[in-house]
Amino acid sequence: MDALDLARWQFGITTVYHFLFVPLTIGLSVIVAGLQTAWYRTGRHEYLQATKFFGKLFLINFAMGVVTGIVQEFQFGMNWSEYSRFVGDVFGAPLAMEALLAFFLESTFIGLWIFGWDKLPRKVHLATIWAAAVGTNLSAYFILAANAWMRNPVGFEINPETGRAQLTSIWAVLSNDQAWSTYLHTVAGSFIAAGLFVVAVSAFKLMRARFHGDTGTPGQAPHRSEPELFRKTLRAGLAVTAAAGLVVALSGHHQAQLMAQYEPMKLASAEALWEDEDGAGFSLFAVGDVVDGRNHVNIQIPHLLSLLATDSLDGNVQGINDVQERYEDAYGPGSYVPNVPVIYWSFRLMMGLGLGGVAVAVAGLWLTRRGRLPEQRWMYWVAVLALPAALAANICGWILTEMGRQPWTVVGELLTAASVSPGVSLTEVALSLSLFTLIYGVLAVVEAGLLWRYVKAGPAHVVPPRDDDSAEDHDAPVPAFVY
Amino acid sequence: MDLAVIWFAAIAVLWIGYFVLEGFDFGVGILLPFLGRTNTDRRVMINAIGPVWDGNEVWVLTAGGAMFAAFPAWYASLFSGFYLPLLVVLLALIARGVAFEYRGKVDDERWRARWDQAIFWGSALPALLWGVAFANIVRGVPMDADHIVTAGLLDLLNPYALLGGLTTLSLFTLHGAMFLSLKTGGEVRAQARRAVPAIALVAVPAASGFLLWTQVSYGTTWTLPLAAVAATALIAAVVLSLRGREGWSFTATATTIATATVVLFGSLFPNVLPSTTNPLYSLTVENASSADYTLTVMTWVAVIFLPLVLAYQSWSYWVFRKRITREHIEPTPAYTAHSGTA
Ligand code: HDD
Ligand code: HEM
Ligand code: HEM
Repeated sequence: MDALDLARWQFGITTVYHFLFVPLTIGLSVIVAGLQTAWYRTGRHEYLQATKFFGKLFLINFAMGVVTGIVQEFQFGMNWSEYSRFVGDVFGAPLAMEALLAFFLESTFIGLWIFGWDKLPRKVHLATIWAAAVGTNLSAYFILAANAWMRNPVGFEINPETGRAQLTSIWAVLSNDQAWSTYLHTVAGSFIAAGLFVVAVSAFKLMRARFHGDTGTPGQAPHRSEPELFRKTLRAGLAVTAAAGLVVALSGHHQAQLMAQYEPMKLASAEALWEDEDGAGFSLFAVGDVVDGRNHVNIQIPHLLSLLATDSLDGNVQGINDVQERYEDAYGPGSYVPNVPVIYWSFRLMMGLGLGGVAVAVAGLWLTRRGRLPEQRWMYWVAVLALPAALAANICGWILTEMGRQPWTVVGELLTAASVSPGVSLTEVALSLSLFTLIYGVLAVVEAGLLWRYVKAGPAHVVPPRDDDSAEDHDAPVPAFVY
Repeated sequence: MDLAVIWFAAIAVLWIGYFVLEGFDFGVGILLPFLGRTNTDRRVMINAIGPVWDGNEVWVLTAGGAMFAAFPAWYASLFSGFYLPLLVVLLALIARGVAFEYRGKVDDERWRARWDQAIFWGSALPALLWGVAFANIVRGVPMDADHIVTAGLLDLLNPYALLGGLTTLSLFTLHGAMFLSLKTGGEVRAQARRAVPAIALVAVPAASGFLLWTQVSYGTTWTLPLAAVAATALIAAVVLSLRGREGWSFTATATTIATATVVLFGSLFPNVLPSTTNPLYSLTVENASSADYTLTVMTWVAVIFLPLVLAYQSWSYWVFRKRITREHIEPTPAYTAHSGTA
């Protein structure tokens, strides 16, 4: 283990952790805004209850997203100084824009939303949650454009004097096909996770009410509209997930095509395809030998990979051994092969677990049509378990993307080994890695405990905030939940 | 004027925004165990900054992002060179951010006491360390020809830097007390006013000494009047507070923080990170900056969006302009509460 390995572990751990909260924030902000809009439009009590209930869960999650994001922002300079020096001219711009355009919007309006229930007219208050949701989804675009640039560097040149990348077109960076494609895919994946979050919580509450006679807070009579409420949110979550599933599959297909174009090595690894092949099959299960560069077992669906990657049954897909030779010719000796088994399996887990969750949603939509609810208890459990599956799918997607890019940080331009901070010692990285892991571990337990508590407690009896005209100067007490 | 110089100034503005705004919410966090004797009083204090602290924190993210984009070499050398202090700052900001959100979510004394600790340390450590860091930036650090900082932890803990740390720690605490006396009512407000002289006893000599040291060792002609303004405003703040002019005393500490930050950046210019190993190795506005194209793009973005940010952040302060008192705090326990406000 040297400082490089630890820095990589640290980036992987902190980013994966950040991305447990990110998809939920991206999707839930919009879902909560939708619920509040439904309340605003219809004035129905259960929509207000649902807004506040899922709003609380959203905020518990959001807090973690924010604090883990701060680490990401500074980590580039701390652990990856040579990377920062090399790409700052290009990569820093979207990052700075993200903060200025999106983070300010998100954090300021979340504050207004949390504390503004009784201080703002209803319409304005509704606008604050939408502004926060827009900010959140906007922030994703900038960071993903920055990330996409590392996979398909465009709009820059290398300055011969300084040896650093220099931006030549910001438009090229922001309209990179890899950027918008990744955006669609990631945001759709996020909506799957958030949709299934709503599904899991609703299914759990319905199950408790049905099979355990548990109807909310101990000692408190359930509000009569509670099962009604969760029936509605269950359907809404299922619908969001199913719709997002369509987008994820289409954009995933596009991602695979871009991968064939820009990162043939990653695609070859994801498919354990060792030699160039016309009309390549899609691997379902492979056991291979990385040293020998071949598979022992490989069960395939014929021609599917070529179809997926090139839109033609007999298109050519490059293989690991051949790409390796081409890269050696282009970039000099060295291994350009990433960790094949990890790439191969994360690709399959992403698709399997994620689409499994989508299948649950589609089945659920069918089962709950016309207000019916599933009879069997195991069905509720399947709905609950779809949530961890979706989160895992998102993580596997990033592992595929990032580890598949190795040994490059910027494909064809900068190696990971050349990106790390030379002045930072092994001890320092080891210390930061341990401390981040420790604090993140503790916070994971705390946050899970809180979510559990609030889910169990269920939606509270709510008093609608004052109406439009009188709201302006109303001096309502700060509720205990808020700080 | 040169775009790189403009961006040096822009980054100074972002740090000023950060210190003036987050300065008071750090101060409130530091004062929490001292002024908040009961849970209700603590909640008065926390709610005074509740709607705005996260927005305040984004100023540092923007400052960091802007340094990355406009001066990649500065961002790279500084953040890797100040590794351990930054690590502590990050851990502190994590603990503090989560603490604000989670402390009220379980109705239990021990639970709250633990998060109160997190708020205190999470505020005090960054308040101290930003001062230490900026003093070291002005003073310079051991740095080689490749701009790799070779300073050990002990190099960073020199007397000048420690005085810088004490300055920010005490100034932010004072600023927090001014904020509380302006934004709360009743007992907390009275307590905050009463705390001012004691804090000033540390803040005034520390800040004056630090400004004097900075001016004499690193300052230029035009930083001198600003250093004088900073020191005068500080004394004025204390006097105004004693006279009960809460709005003005808060404005005065804000002025001190802003002008003192300008003095630091002014003393640094045209360097961005001086090398004490060899002045030739220093990072300067010229050799650390991005190319003109990036700076032009960033200028457009900033010119359009910074005013917008200022507008809606000001609106948010205006919405929450009322003083918070004990009467505003609902006594209900948290998670079983059927108050239901999210
Ligand atoms: C696809 C989306 C996405 C991705 C790939 C990342 N983030 Fe993130 N980030 C968000 C989407 C997001 C968000 C949805 O906007 C968050 C999550 C929860 C939240 O509060 O905002 C957020 C929060 C967040 C914050 C706190 C903002 C605040 O205080 O309001 C920072 C500084 C970052 N992120 C920075 C990063 C960096 C430097 C990343 C790259 C390594 C990164 N994020 C990956
Ligand atoms: C949108 C921003 C990014 C996201 C979401 C992201 C996500 C990830 C994920 C999920 C992993 C794999 C986890 C693992 O291997 O344990 C990873 C690894 C890594 N990332 Fe990124 N990343 C982003 C940007 C960057 C940037 C800008 C760098 C530049 C330094 C970078 C460098 C790395 C490195 C060096 C690894 C370790 C790879 C390995 O160990 O194989 N990533 N990242
Ligand atoms: C039809 C199924 C899918 C296909 C064909 C597919 C394809 C891909 C490909 C090729 C990549 C790598 C892109 C690159 O490195 O350039 C990727 C990444 C990713 N996938 Fe999928 N995917 C599918 C389903 C899913 C599902 C269901 C989820 C989550 C619920 C998901 C989440 C992600 C994420 C978060 C990434 C990383 C971000 C990115 O690079 O776009 N994917 N996917």
